[in-house]
Amino acid sequence: MNLSIKPKKKVGVVGAGLFGCVIANLLAKNCETYVFTQREESIKQINEGGEIKGIKIDQSIKVISDPQQFANTCTLIFPVVRSYAMRSKMRLLSPYINPDHVIIHGVKGFDISALDIASIDGSSKIDSNDIKTMSEVILEETITKRVGCFSGPNLAREIDKGQMAGTVLASTFDEVIKQGRKALSNRNFKVYSSSDVKGVELTGVLKNIIAIAAGALHGIGYGENSKAMLISRGLAELTWIGTILGCNPSSFLGMAGIGDLVATCSSQLSRNFTVGRMIASGKTLDEVLNEMSDVAEGVGTIRVINGLANKYGFHAPITQTLFKILFEEMPIEDGLSYLMHFPLNKDVDFISAQAPVAQ
Amino acid sequence: MESKNWPLIKLNEEKEAFVQQVILESINELKKIASKKDSSLIDVLEKTVYKEIFRTIHTPWAVDPKKEDRKWSKYKQRLSQITALESDEEKTDRELELLREIVDGYAREITGKFNLSSYKFSVAVVPVMFSWLLSRAMNGIKGFFTNQKKVSDKVQLKGSIDQVKKLADKGTIVLVPTHFSNLDSILIGYGVFLAKLPPFLYGAGLNLFNNRIIGYFINRLGAYKVDRRKKNAPYLETLKAFSRIAIERGTHSLFFPGGTRSRSGSMEDKLKLGLLGTVVEAQAKNFINKENQKKIFVVPVVIGYHFVLEAQGLVKQHLKQKGKEKVYLQKEQFGSFFQVLGFIWNFFSKGSEIKLSFGRPMDVLGNYVNKHGESISSNGRIIDVTKYFVSDGKLKLLKQRDSQYTQILADKIVESYKKENIVLSSHIVSFLAFELIKKRYEAFDLYNMLRLTENDTAIEYLFFYKKISEFQQVLIEHEKNGKLRLDPICEEGIEELIQDGIKNVGIYHTKKVLFVDSLGRINTKDMNLLYFYHNRLLGYSFEDKI
Repeated sequence: MNLSIKPKKKVGVVGAGLFGCVIANLLAKNCETYVFTQREESIKQINEGGEIKGIKIDQSIKVISDPQQFANTCTLIFPVVRSYAMRSKMRLLSPYINPDHVIIHGVKGFDISALDIASIDGSSKIDSNDIKTMSEVILEETITKRVGCFSGPNLAREIDKGQMAGTVLASTFDEVIKQGRKALSNRNFKVYSSSDVKGVELTGVLKNIIAIAAGALHGIGYGENSKAMLISRGLAELTWIGTILGCNPSSFLGMAGIGDLVATCSSQLSRNFTVGRMIASGKTLDEVLNEMSDVAEGVGTIRVINGLANKYGFHAPITQTLFKILFEEMPIEDGLSYLMHFPLNKDVDFISAQAPVAQ
Repeated sequence: MESKNWPLIKLNEEKEAFVQQVILESINELKKIASKKDSSLIDVLEKTVYKEIFRTIHTPWAVDPKKEDRKWSKYKQRLSQITALESDEEKTDRELELLREIVDGYAREITGKFNLSSYKFSVAVVPVMFSWLLSRAMNGIKGFFTNQKKVSDKVQLKGSIDQVKKLADKGTIVLVPTHFSNLDSILIGYGVFLAKLPPFLYGAGLNLFNNRIIGYFINRLGAYKVDRRKKNAPYLETLKAFSRIAIERGTHSLFFPGGTRSRSGSMEDKLKLGLLGTVVEAQAKNFINKENQKKIFVVPVVIGYHFVLEAQGLVKQHLKQKGKEKVYLQKEQFGSFFQVLGFIWNFFSKGSEIKLSFGRPMDVLGNYVNKHGESISSNGRIIDVTKYFVSDGKLKLLKQRDSQYTQILADKIVESYKKENIVLSSHIVSFLAFELIKKRYEAFDLYNMLRLTENDTAIEYLFFYKKISEFQQVLIEHEKNGKLRLDPICEEGIEELIQDGIKNVGIYHTKKVLFVDSLGRINTKDMNLLYFYHNRLLGYSFEDKI
């Protein structure tokens, strides 16, 4: 019998934000883990085994700030950055990424760098070709083809405490799922698989819309009935938006879909929930954004979906009403009353993911 | 390169060894399929025999060997004898024996009668005959001894031919053309000859061999037979093994990745992944095999002409399929030798040119390659392609991975078709005319529209003129951005564009696809055909811009 211990696989995390650090800690249980960051403060904290945003960094984790050295060290890479930073980070690494690199991201957001955000108003039409998912950004910026993503009800601090949780890892390549699962999973963190990359990515992006609405309901003082109504109607809306954008509706019924939606709408600390709550307290969007230190991705997503609905002529009543509340100063009560009177009386048909028909 | 060193000739010299390798590797693949869950060898055999007996009864072709039905009936008897056997061991032996016989038969059918001496004869004689025939067709009886230059005027070659020629010495070329007409097999063969490329191993539809004389020549020009009626596992595995092993051995190959002719008249937007997968797999095997590091270069080719001989029949089939009439038996409409000659004659005598547009060569992942054969990324890096086949630090064959790579390659080929498509005047006028009529009858579905008569479809000339000048700007913009190619006449005056388009669109058909009526309006005599030719410009989202 061969008793020699196999050397641990070397994996890399791009980004040292809150979620990035949690994922690095998770990976460190199974792998030799490296974090790529160029922020002085983060480098110092990781080197000293200190804390970032209240997360204690595992002592085995090493930091690398040179992109070439990072790419040469790790062939399995997990980008966990803000969606707007994804493209620039990939460009930084791209010259050193080879065809045998496997890249699995954990980023929930769209790349909208092709759009001129300032000029978008309520009637702007947005072409779906100008919206990229994160895996599309990776494929555009690097030469590797073996790409995947993971998404699910993964509130960072709960994972870091070692509480039981799960995620969905999606890739069209079986070997990507296999490698990702081996690196990420442990007895308290279960990795489920899917081949619908776009679907799993979109669930994570779109649920932020409903999280803002949940915050608003909470802010007005509504309770669980209203929230449950929002979640079920919201899930239906997300499903048909996703179907229009070309993904498999069943992804929305999985853990990355309804699972993440329930977690996000129940977590009162999430950024998107906070935006909704503050709007309900009478603040304008500008005031809210000024007060917040961090970006709430849902705000941008509402803009994008509103523009897509204008272009392709589909109804997304919750999203479109939120757009009016956030950007066109519609009073929140008017918005709610509009939704309650929206001529749509059938319960949801998730499986066929039909767009709503006004009756 | 000297002709005795052509890979195709080498393949032929080793023909028996090659066929044996095909048989052996197909059987290995089939054993793997049979060992999967919910499957077994007897299952595979039973399905095959059932389907083949069905085929011999319902779609017999002239090219099929005599008494084929008896052969399959005998196999059926043997199968029932096998199931009656007691010992499992004996069962397996007899099953494998039968499988071997079936695969052997397929391998020899696919390979055909290819042999060197007649190949040399055909390569020397056929193009000369063809040129002679074409120049006669073009110049009438008077131009008996016209030289070949004029014929090559008619068949125009565009794109990256010089690069393909250079790459043919460095690696293995796989040409993947679009497919609209049965004539394509002949045209592309002739194009390869005109371009002075080494000969290619073809996949030609078995239906072409129904015609004995055409069959004789295609057979000897390097064609292997693809029978789209046979959809059983042993046949498909044998065909794939044949293609893959030929490519592994460095034989330049050619097949139509769309599978069959486009029924709708649009360019392929989805490809069949079976044969294409053999290209990726051959590359993986070459890289793993240390002695054979030969790189494979994939070259999309777009064939363009103003009319498709079989358009009437194709569009009918398309409409039937679209109308959910899924089960129907395909009749062969490609007639006798003399009918074919008549077709070709008309094709060339009616003054309509043919364009073959060679796309930029790429590797099996769809990355473009430079003139040295190195793969280049979109930001100019040289890519080490072998690394795509490294998994967990080792060069490995992984079927699932390679099937995803095949999908990526297919997407890139489709993208390339759009870019390399040479838009002709006839494509533009038919697209515009159909879209304008469609706009007028917005509430109609396709089938209602196709039932419109001449009284309802006339378009005022001035209106058409205005619309086509707008459309021309859109097209020129697209050309500037490298999204398509425009035939020079399309960038000239609007009047010339309209005239040339109307004159040429579907020029051979008895009913005029487009004409100018007595009131000076533009009209059609056949909505089906107009729809068919219009479809050629689908996929660019021009519909929104008209």
